[in-house]
Amino acid sequence: MNIFAPVGRVFLNFLRSVGRLTLFTMKSVSYCVRPPFYFRTLFSQMVEIGFYSLPVVALTTMFSGMVIALQSYSGLSTLSSEGVVASVVELTVTRELGPVLAALMVAGRVGAAMAAELGTMRVTEQIDALATLSTNPFKYLVVPRIVAGVIMLPVLVLIGDVIGIYGGYLICVYKLDFNAINFLRNTWNFMQAVDIVSGMTKAAVFGFIVTLMGCYNGFYSKGGAEGVGKATTNAVVASSILILISNYLLTELFFSR
Amino acid sequence: MADEIKVRMTDVHKSFGKKVVLDGVTLDVKKGESLVIIGGSGTGKSVTIKCIQGLLTPDSGSIQIDGREIVGLPSREMEKINAQTGMLFQGAALFDSLNIWENVAFGLIQGKKMNRAQAKEIAVKKLAQVGLNADVATLYPDELSGGMKKRVGLARAIASDPELIFFDEPTTGLDPIMSDVINDLIRSCVKDLGATGITITHDMSSVRKIADKVAMLYKGKIIWHGRVDEIDRSGNPYVEQFINGRADGPIQMEIRG
Repeated sequence: MNIFAPVGRVFLNFLRSVGRLTLFTMKSVSYCVRPPFYFRTLFSQMVEIGFYSLPVVALTTMFSGMVIALQSYSGLSTLSSEGVVASVVELTVTRELGPVLAALMVAGRVGAAMAAELGTMRVTEQIDALATLSTNPFKYLVVPRIVAGVIMLPVLVLIGDVIGIYGGYLICVYKLDFNAINFLRNTWNFMQAVDIVSGMTKAAVFGFIVTLMGCYNGFYSKGGAEGVGKATTNAVVASSILILISNYLLTELFFSR
Repeated sequence: MADEIKVRMTDVHKSFGKKVVLDGVTLDVKKGESLVIIGGSGTGKSVTIKCIQGLLTPDSGSIQIDGREIVGLPSREMEKINAQTGMLFQGAALFDSLNIWENVAFGLIQGKKMNRAQAKEIAVKKLAQVGLNADVATLYPDELSGGMKKRVGLARAIASDPELIFFDEPTTGLDPIMSDVINDLIRSCVKDLGATGITITHDMSSVRKIADKVAMLYKGKIIWHGRVDEIDRSGNPYVEQFINGRADGPIQMEIRG
């Protein structure tokens, strides 16, 4: 038998999915700037992504800030450089943990929900129904979700930054007996604009990835309940991987000299 | 007017991978006529109407609506044509996230940019036309029975007074009495609007009730096309087997899809 046939098939399938995803992405982006715009759905998606993800994001960043304070203290106290703890907390939270953890949480919460919702709409023919009611499904379903993700994730991260640093503050002041004023002064003095800007840029990119993956997998799901389940899993797995990879690339872009 | 052609399909081919679904479909539908396409499962009935709606693009051949070629038409132009068509989906395909009147008025609000109050008024009128009272208007689709969903789907299909209406297996999954009610409604709605109707079904009682003309699709080709009162003396062994529902005859059911 021809051993190249299965290899070729896998490769061609791979190319086909990459091509389809690329087309989907380009279509979505190009529809983002062309009317009509659906502000009602945009608003409700912004509330869903921004407001309802707040508790999860707040909890994760809070505890991450606390853990970093504890860990960096136990590591750095041997070097008698406790003052560095504040800046370590500030750096890790704003540059890395804030955006990455918030995006992963949103991927699990919102990306999965989007894939499930659009997937169900696909298998029950609701997406076809949109087209027959002369509404472009891309503009009505995909664009508001992507735009809401790109706008709201940076906002979430900004709030997460504050809460994460507050978590570090709580541990340092109430558990490790740091001077509160010194902690805040160290944090403030050490903070640079690039920390916040890079974190929020990352967040916007992650917001794009999460919503795009959710919409793409839902939009092309097939095969009933099982297909929707698969689409949901794929959306979360794919967006998590892409978040981690693009996080590295963005860090390289911002901070390597 | 009586002899004007509404939809003309000429030698339409469509395959999915190696599977040939439409193998040269040629079909004319006159204005104001109700055509029913019959055929077994998987013979390409759904694909045929999806091609006419522009949801699928044929591999070759031509489809004209009102003399205008729609194959290869940009999506913006296709939306305009779809604004003059309506469709009743097999599972009704109502939008879960919207209530009943918003569902019915969807094409008016999103497609025709009508204001909400005016659209609601029309929606309630259309609901009355399919025998649903105004109390239903504020319910959500999952609160309705299958028959009621079909009625709402019908109200949505006729909401924008379309010139061309598609019905995808309108009676599947309904009890015989409800089927007859839906058939009557389809008949009266199409006649009231003076619209052209294209129905796909394998329910023979539906065919006799709704159809002016019948076309039978088998293996991707139209094998018989004629008036409904001629169907019992078609002289075509395939048609005879189908309308009498016999397991043995020229049509062999493919056990493996």
